[in-house]
Amino acid sequence: MMEDLVSMHAELRQFYGPEDTNFPSWLRQEKLEMVPSELKEIILGKDGEEIGAWMPLYSAAEVKDCILKVQTLKFAEEACYNGTLVIKAFSSGVELGSCNWILHGPKGDIAYLSSSSFNSAHAMNFDFRSLKGTHMLIYSDFSSLSVTQDVEDDDDHSKPTDNLSLLSSQEQAESLLKSSENLEEKEKLVFICSCAIDCVKDGGSVLIPISQLGTLVQLMEQLTASLESSAMKVPIYIISSVAEELLAFLNIIPEWLCKQRQERLFAGEPLFAHVNLIKEKRLHVVPSIYSHKLLMNWQEPCIVFSPHWSLRLGPVVHLLRRWCGDPKSLLILEDVLNPELALLPFKPIAMKVLQCAFPSGIELQKVQPLLKILQPKIVLFPEDLRSHISFSSANSFSVSHYHEGQTLRVPCQKGNTKLKISADLASKFHWKKLEKEDINISRLKGELCMRNAKHHLLLGNDQENSSNNRPMLHWGSPDLGKLLDALSKMGIKATPEHDMSNTEPQNACRLHVQDPHRALIEVGETNTVITAANENVASLIFNVIDSILDGV
Amino acid sequence: MAIECLVLGAGQEVGKSCMVVTINGKRIMFDCGMHMGYLDQRRYPDFSLISKFGDYDNALTCIIITHFHLDHVGALPYFTEVCGYNGPIYMTYPTKALAPLMLEDYRKVMVDRRGEEEQFTSDHIAECMKRVIAVDLRQTVQVDEELQIRAYYAGHVIGAAMFYAKVGDAEMVYTGDYNMTPDRHLGAAQIDRLQLDLLITESTYATTIRDSRYAREREFLKAVYKCVSGGGKVLIPTFALGRAQGVFGIKEEKGREREELCILLDDYWTRMNLKIPIYFSAGLTIQANMYYKMLISWTSQKIKDTYSTQNAFDFKNVQNFERSMIDAPGPCVLFATPGMISGGFSLEVFKHWAPSEKNLITLPGYCVAGTIGHKLMSGKPTKIDLDQDTQIEVRCQVHQLAFSPHTDAKGIMDLVKFLSPKHVILVHGEKPKMATLKEKIHSELGIQCYDPANNETICIPSSHYVEAGASDAFFQSCQTPNFKFQKHSSDDAPNSSLIDRNLVRHLQVKDERVAEGILVVEKTKKAKVVHQDELLHMVGGKKHDIRFAYCCPVSISHSMDNLSESDRCYWLQILHSKINGELSVGNIQNFGENLRMESFHTSLCLKDYCPYRIQENSQSTTKTVFFCCSWSAVDEKLARRILSAMENLNLREI
Repeated sequence: MMEDLVSMHAELRQFYGPEDTNFPSWLRQEKLEMVPSELKEIILGKDGEEIGAWMPLYSAAEVKDCILKVQTLKFAEEACYNGTLVIKAFSSGVELGSCNWILHGPKGDIAYLSSSSFNSAHAMNFDFRSLKGTHMLIYSDFSSLSVTQDVEDDDDHSKPTDNLSLLSSQEQAESLLKSSENLEEKEKLVFICSCAIDCVKDGGSVLIPISQLGTLVQLMEQLTASLESSAMKVPIYIISSVAEELLAFLNIIPEWLCKQRQERLFAGEPLFAHVNLIKEKRLHVVPSIYSHKLLMNWQEPCIVFSPHWSLRLGPVVHLLRRWCGDPKSLLILEDVLNPELALLPFKPIAMKVLQCAFPSGIELQKVQPLLKILQPKIVLFPEDLRSHISFSSANSFSVSHYHEGQTLRVPCQKGNTKLKISADLASKFHWKKLEKEDINISRLKGELCMRNAKHHLLLGNDQENSSNNRPMLHWGSPDLGKLLDALSKMGIKATPEHDMSNTEPQNACRLHVQDPHRALIEVGETNTVITAANENVASLIFNVIDSILDGV
Repeated sequence: MAIECLVLGAGQEVGKSCMVVTINGKRIMFDCGMHMGYLDQRRYPDFSLISKFGDYDNALTCIIITHFHLDHVGALPYFTEVCGYNGPIYMTYPTKALAPLMLEDYRKVMVDRRGEEEQFTSDHIAECMKRVIAVDLRQTVQVDEELQIRAYYAGHVIGAAMFYAKVGDAEMVYTGDYNMTPDRHLGAAQIDRLQLDLLITESTYATTIRDSRYAREREFLKAVYKCVSGGGKVLIPTFALGRAQGVFGIKEEKGREREELCILLDDYWTRMNLKIPIYFSAGLTIQANMYYKMLISWTSQKIKDTYSTQNAFDFKNVQNFERSMIDAPGPCVLFATPGMISGGFSLEVFKHWAPSEKNLITLPGYCVAGTIGHKLMSGKPTKIDLDQDTQIEVRCQVHQLAFSPHTDAKGIMDLVKFLSPKHVILVHGEKPKMATLKEKIHSELGIQCYDPANNETICIPSSHYVEAGASDAFFQSCQTPNFKFQKHSSDDAPNSSLIDRNLVRHLQVKDERVAEGILVVEKTKKAKVVHQDELLHMVGGKKHDIRFAYCCPVSISHSMDNLSESDRCYWLQILHSKINGELSVGNIQNFGENLRMESFHTSLCLKDYCPYRIQENSQSTTKTVFFCCSWSAVDEKLARRILSAMENLNLREI
């Protein structure tokens, strides 16, 4: 698609553009900075919305380089980034390969729900079940926004909204807006095709600028079926530098298609009708309008699919020039935001114009039921859609609204992070039971690692020596009586320096040991100091104190 | 926790691959193949071992089929339609597309040609395939809440996949048949570095190491070219679905020769700009090719890259062959069925072409006894008796093909080494060779390996993790490096005389980050991991510090009557310079006021009476200074080493 755009752009520049192949240097930011502010405002527009927003188009080489950096994924394939993030894509049903995303992180998972379609006649269906039960869901389907706005516009003009209308030029066309039920989409296609057939019967040609791939293939299939049933032999041309590759590609991707198309694979039939149409020479695929094959075969009336939907680039421009004055011919525009503007250079237009729209996306009334199924804990909803949907408080999820260009901070659940401790390691832990409360504790050891967005604690390679099992942290304060008891049990006779009955807790109490070796134990409220020349005695005393304190 | 593997087929043999694996309560059947060597009940796996009462739906969670060969899928319609299994079945898209062709092919041969009673009907095949859920490579499929499966490219035939399965913490891979080296139309097997408890791998070539495929291809092309350039005709007998499958015999070389050879020839023809026609005998042409054309993304990279300009399965130089062309003059190449010249069109053509020495016949890698292919392979017959009345003179050239899509022993070892699973089970091979490979895996890779026979059950332990919630403070403390350097000293390793000194690293670096974490298990609450500082807060205790202290005497040869402030530093400095020479455990650092190493502190003690000065024989003849030392329990060993070094020192004025 991008290559096609680049090639059309190159062609345009060959006719109209400067010889210099670069982006005009006076439009570069550094040059513009040097221009006086008044002039700058004229060039850029008030908020930079005029030429200031212009960007140079990428080149074919840049497209290639960029694509090389892309890591491709299958639906439901797990891509692990840096061990910490598992990224998965699930079909959204809008176009071939269009998808919603789930990011699994150690602190929870996030679903990103973009424009999705419950019914698809070519792409794999919207896999919403796989988005179930995430911590957070970012709702990012704005398609209903354009729909509702259009409805409002239409209300201003007090025109029926759910009616197809065939209009002549100069007039603002109606939109084809209704629910995206498969049946209605089919009806629309049938209607468009009947218009096209009528036009061809009348001796006119039909021009269809290519916009969505899905619509292209469906229209093509429907058109040939209609032609066949009305026993008409009219050539269909697809003129695009990439059409051949695109159509070949469509036939080798059964895994990305909807159920009905996949059935064709299992039945051994081509996935799309164009394979046979090309073979039967009813469909002619040519790279450009001046290609030899097209010039040799050209026949009018005919039906032509070609880019670009903007009507400013590509073969469509030449054909529109040819037919715009012909009242018998028909132009089928799909999803053009401003048809008036699009057709401006071709005025006056005698040609018929049919505008249609195949809305794709989640309809507003389906949003709440869908979210109910998906059961996220938090939903981030676009501010722009706030007025269209009010969430009842009965929902199991909380809703926050986000704005364009603003950061929204969403609290994550505290202590939600999980650590998976391998069972062989856990069995080697030294457990200690705390007497006061019914708690078992153990100091951790092992190797912490991050795998598939989850923390794991694994058995390390080097086995720690036993000395490390010594508690490193103690709490509480030792009871002197208990300590003396415990010491004497170990055969250590200690004599307190102070009178035992009179021990003040603040002051350190010193215990002297003479036997078996000299030692001193200084016991305080928050600390104990052991002094012994003999290593074994020191360690013995330590163990005794350890046993009467809580520690880990 | 354990994984239990019940071998229903391909245990110490090749044929009827079928393995039932139980992981954490889920039961998966990998492959459901049939054995070509038997016509009695032995041709199918003994399904009664799964469920005595035939309640297969409750006994199995799902079936996974790795590829469309009959010894992997042949028993599936029987199991679903006759035995009544209704649960989910998974296979890749190409397998789902091609398996019914294979099954129908087999059914026809059995019923139409051999007149056998049919085991399943065409409708059975269709009904069975309807229930199959097609999966894409690397797609993670959630079979149910706990069972997750994923297919990886196996490269054996189009659509062949290795399958990964995970239930809870237990993970395993069943390879099916695979090929570790890419060839002209398929890529090599590809899999992620997984953490597996178990790998179940095929072992067809458990001990064979194969030579270069390239050389064998060149030989084949040379033979064909020599023949056609001399005006001869080449007959390449193949099977309808691109593989010499074991419909006719016991153990067969399973090739995918037709697509392979055809791509090879087509490519060669284009490169050499040859105009000599290549033919497919009628009926062979379109059917399977249609599928291959749509399944380009499952082939080799080279074919994938060129699909838009030239779909490799649109054979440019290939045309359809008519019976009338058999005796047409001029050279040509013909693909005809069946593969072993056991009858049919290939036999008809053979009769016409064999008598000329200019012609060439190629043969598949394996031919069943009794077929003409087999007769041609064994020796160089000049005459072959077809039946009592017909004798064919054989003067033509014969070339035997040997392209096998199985991995060789090196490939198996490479895969096992790459995945490094905790256990390996070998299936789909010959018993003695498997035993050799098993020993090799055990001795070279140190991995426990099994080669169970049919109907045996192997039980292996599986990974299990205990899950605990962990606090942020714990993870934060784990993120900060916590390096500890330890010099390796001789008395640390009592056997040091036995160890090569060079092998023992002198300096050991330890980075134990989790040691500040505490696992807390309270009754009725979930296990939790906290940082030790948080623990005190949790249990409401006050920290109690236990330290060791010792006022250590060090002999000097100087009077120390009037020690000034500068002298203090002076003695500490002397101690510092001396002690580092004596210590083998590391470097003690001088902080001016004191010397430190880890938690060990020491400073000059000028008190007349120090409570920590408890040296028993303090009445020594030499003069001493005292250094007051203190340390925490963790560094007890280190401290004792420093102390003994200090006590042995004699500080002299320099």
